[in-house]
This record gives sequence, structure tokens and C-alpha cells, in this order.
Amino acid sequence: MRERLLNGIIKENPTFVLMLGMCPTLAVTTSAINGLGMGLTTMVVLALSNVFISLLRNIIPDKVRIPAFIVIIASFVTMVELLLQGFIPFLYDALGIYIPLIVVNCIILGRAEAYAYKNPVLLSLFDGIGMGLGFSVALTCIGAVRELLGAGEVFGVHVMPESFVPVSIFIMAPGAFFVLAALTAIQNKVKIAGERKGKDMSKIQSGCNSDCMNCGDMGCSKRLVDNKSGEEAKKNG
Amino acid sequence: MVKELLVILISSSLVNNVVLSQFLGLCPFLGVSKKTETATGMGVAVIFVITLASAVAGAIYQFILLPFDIAYLQTIVFILVIAALVQFVEMFLKKFIPGLYQSLGVYLPLITTNCAVLGVALTNVQKSYGIVTGIVNGFATAVGFTISIVILAGIREKLKYNDIPESFQGMPIVLVTAGLMAIAFCGFSGLL
Repeated sequence: MRERLLNGIIKENPTFVLMLGMCPTLAVTTSAINGLGMGLTTMVVLALSNVFISLLRNIIPDKVRIPAFIVIIASFVTMVELLLQGFIPFLYDALGIYIPLIVVNCIILGRAEAYAYKNPVLLSLFDGIGMGLGFSVALTCIGAVRELLGAGEVFGVHVMPESFVPVSIFIMAPGAFFVLAALTAIQNKVKIAGERKGKDMSKIQSGCNSDCMNCGDMGCSKRLVDNKSGEEAKKNG
Repeated sequence: MVKELLVILISSSLVNNVVLSQFLGLCPFLGVSKKTETATGMGVAVIFVITLASAVAGAIYQFILLPFDIAYLQTIVFILVIAALVQFVEMFLKKFIPGLYQSLGVYLPLITTNCAVLGVALTNVQKSYGIVTGIVNGFATAVGFTISIVILAGIREKLKYNDIPESFQGMPIVLVTAGLMAIAFCGFSGLL
């Protein structure tokens, strides 16, 4: 279980390593607190949907598994959305339309397809929590960097010296693209350096092909399948 | 009425561009923008699907969800309806309008439940647009998507001939380009 948690946070970090779920990553990271809120919300949905899909993995027929996953995920998203609206209204207002859009976050469908559908309940729960924590850490970091450069603050606390002039473009839309560009450039550098040393870097890749939901068919979720579940799939198939 | 629709048209296509300021539909924006022709094809398919989806989702919201007081089910209903709709459109085109299917068919499965499609349906509800206004908003959003993806594809075709630092090759330089485009699109905010 510890391995599952660490896997999500470090080895297969959904944002820094796998580059999945880019739409919310760019949209809500205008401040560290928004990033953290989005990350934790996604984590709750991911953990719950992983548990449920894992429980139902022997009942759901293979042919209709994707629609079944979507219904399960959408139900949890709706619940979480209503809870947020009731109990944390400021976060609900800040995240707005991106809360219901968690449904199409490919991290969640990717984990359902690649892990929860093939593994027991407890492991799937920890897999969901690990991936969710990894996503939260990444969003908080990106949010903190953007907030620091764009407003001179971190979590709303002023940290930069008086003389610092905030580069407000970083909390606007274009800033999101620039931060992500820097991030992918660093990722590329690590990948190139790793390949020179002869390591397998195939997991590090930028983005899915074209569709948030269909990445299963496009090879994203193939990257998600780690060796263990791959072997199990071979046994079953 | 006409003036209001015109404002929505400009606002959704240029000022609040779906990709460059709302960050929806990023995956196809980055993934299918290598060539201008494919980008145009994708854009037309997106216009087609989003306009249709916002009409269907709007009708379902007005005539089913609201009368039965189950508006909280909107996310679940919309995503299933949109997924089914795209499948249905694909089958319909294949059978009855093969010419159009030839040119759009490749792109349809790619946008089954793109976040932009669901995003527009949800925005229409959030801003309490009626069906007609919702369709106009959907169409305008999709046009905005097409404009930005075609521009990006044009720039990417030229980028190939440039000498780019090793770590910036591929996705990073595309994202920098998208960021510069987003700055340019910020200029449209003076329009309204």
C-alpha cells in the first residue's frame, strides 16, 4: 500500500510525469489555495470511484465498462459538487465550472481503466489516494509559483519584498501556458538526460492525443498500466 | 434580442476563447494541430458536435430536468447524452451522408466527450441561457476553438523550420506559442 501511495506521488505523478488532466491544471492554478482545493476534490472523487469500480469489477460487463465508469464517476462528482456548494462555498465559487468537469479528467478514467478494474478494493483505494495526492501536490506547487510571481503572495500571505513588482501575467490565462511550457521543458530535459544514460523513459510523455475521455484508446492509459497489473491482465486475457 | 446574441457570439468566440482563456479542449488543441488541414477538419467537426450537443442538452434541461425538478443530475445526464449523441451522429453520417462522413468521420470519435463539449452544455445552464441562446453560445464557442486551432497549426507548420533548443522541442514550444496567442487574444477584451 505504501508502494501505491508513493507510486502516485512520485514515480507516476499524474502531472509532472504523465502529464494528464491538463485542463484543470491550467485553469484553476491561479493561486496555491485553488490548486490545493482542486487537487483534494479530485482526490476524493478518484479514491471513491476507484473503490466502487473495484468492488463492481466482476459485475460490470467488459463491453459497457466505459459508460459504467462514467456514470460512477459522474455520480461521485455530483455528490462532491453539492457538498462543496454547501460547506466550502468560497472554493465552489473559485473553481466554478471546473468541478463538474472533473468527470472528464483523464486521470480518473485512466486509473479506473488501468488499475481499479483489475485490482482488489483496498489497493485501488490507496492507488486513488496516492494519485490524488500526487495531483494535489503538483497543482499546489504550480499554483504557488504562479501566485508568487503574479501577486507576490503564497497562500494569500505576502512574502516578496516591497520592491517586488508583481508580474500579473502569471495569474492570467497566458501565464498558465508559460508555466506549463517551462514544466514540459524541464520534463524533456530529464527525459533526454535519462535516455542518454540508457534508462527507460517511455512513461514520461506530454499530454494525451486529443480527447480527455478516450485516452484509453490513444495510448495514455497503456502508459498507466504498470508491470504488475499488466501481468495480471495477461493471465486473465 | 439580436444585439444580445451578437454580444454572445463575439464574447464566446473571441473574448472568452474556449481554449486560450477557459482552457477547455486543450487535448485536441495540442494534439491535432500539426497540420492546417487536419486542424480545419477537427475544427469543423467540433463546430458540428458542439452546436448539436448544446441544442440537445439545452432541450433536455428545459423539458426534462427542470419540470421534474432533477436539475442536480445535469452532469451525469449531459455526459451520457453527449457520448451517445456523438456515436449516433457518427452512425447516421456513415449511413446517410457518406460524403460528409468521409471528411468528418475521422474526427468524430476523437471528440466523443471532449471537455469543451460538456463545458459548453454546463456553461449554458450556469448562465441560464435559453435553448436558442445556448445554441448560439455553443456555435460561437466552437468557432473560437476552430479559429485558435487553425492559427496554432499555421504557426506550428512554420515552427518546423526553426532551430529550437533541445529541451524546448515538441510540446514546450507549442505551449509558449499558445501563451503568446493567449496574450494576443487578451486584446479582444476591448471589443465589448
